[in-house]
Amino acid sequence: MRYSERELLSLSRQPAEKAAEILMRAPKKGSVLKKRLVKLVVNFLFYFRTDEAEPIGALLLEHCKINKEEENVFSISFIEEPDRKYSFECDTEAQCQEWIEALRRASYEFMRRSLIFYRNEIQKMTGKDPLEQYGISEEARFQLGTRKL
Amino acid sequence: MKLNERSLVCYATCDSPADNAGFLSKKGERNTAYHRRWFVLKGNMLFYFEERESREPVGVIILEGCTVELCEAAEEFAFAIKFDCAKARTYVLAAESQAAMESWVKSLSRASFDYMRLVVKELEKQLEEMQRGLAGSRSVQRRSPIYRKTKPALCNGCAVWNNAPCVDTLPAGDGPGGLADSGSGKPPVCPGTVCFSKLHDWYGREITELRREWQESHKL
Repeated sequence: MRYSERELLSLSRQPAEKAAEILMRAPKKGSVLKKRLVKLVVNFLFYFRTDEAEPIGALLLEHCKINKEEENVFSISFIEEPDRKYSFECDTEAQCQEWIEALRRASYEFMRRSLIFYRNEIQKMTGKDPLEQYGISEEARFQLGTRKL
Repeated sequence: MKLNERSLVCYATCDSPADNAGFLSKKGERNTAYHRRWFVLKGNMLFYFEERESREPVGVIILEGCTVELCEAAEEFAFAIKFDCAKARTYVLAAESQAAMESWVKSLSRASFDYMRLVVKELEKQLEEMQRGLAGSRSVQRRSPIYRKTKPALCNGCAVWNNAPCVDTLPAGDGPGGLADSGSGKPPVCPGTVCFSKLHDWYGREITELRREWQESHKL
């Protein structure tokens, strides 16, 4: 599948929600933990060799599960392959929890559900749709319930 | 740069609803010929397939940091997705009707994660202000005859609403921002019942009254 490296590279240079040096292990059998600079930008998790300016890779964080593993460790797996895990070992348990929280909120789908929730709550309280003033009430992505196209 | 392509393909082809879908003609990068492709927009990812039934996308365009504009082109109903970064590619697409073009331009220009985040933050702020407003009016409130002794419980009014059976609750994990923090603890035992809908109604009467007064005072 074609994708633009330039777009990804540009994105990886944006200010990050979160960045840290963390030990990372790829899902491949026999992989070892390697120190990586891990950077969360929008719904992508980029990982760099610690002395390099360009990422080695990126993970799109949609339809994924962030799992707590043993102490200081969390993993990312994707719903179509739940046993294939990217493992991350943090310095402390606190750091581990912070990353888990941040990554769970990092998907577009999570934000969409939040938006729909808030929209609904505000509408219930005020009787008005808060999205109307932005002219986006009819946008498919903001609708409650199934969106069929 | 590696990308979790398999997951992306699954995301593109799975059942989750798309934000927009339809045929568009895409101008080639080197070759100026247009190719008709089936496009599917999910979140900030614009996938394109050779055919509607294709099992895997030909490619994907990541919609962050881009602008969408109408453009002059050989094809009618053309628009372009332009990126800010150096030597970035501009994608020229053509829809099959004026209406389709407008629909695509609208949905693509609002497709970025950044945009979604802005709107969510704005609504979150609005909701928090309203809830604080309610709390404020509660403490000042003296006149309403129906106002009972349950002041602390009404701080949890929002928690009660959060669990209203008719609406989606906050996504699991954590609530974005303040909502998860407001209203900890449980409401006092509801007079004479443990049935949620009765509890809901009981609080609901007070909330309705407060809401009405709040609305009036804020002249919405």
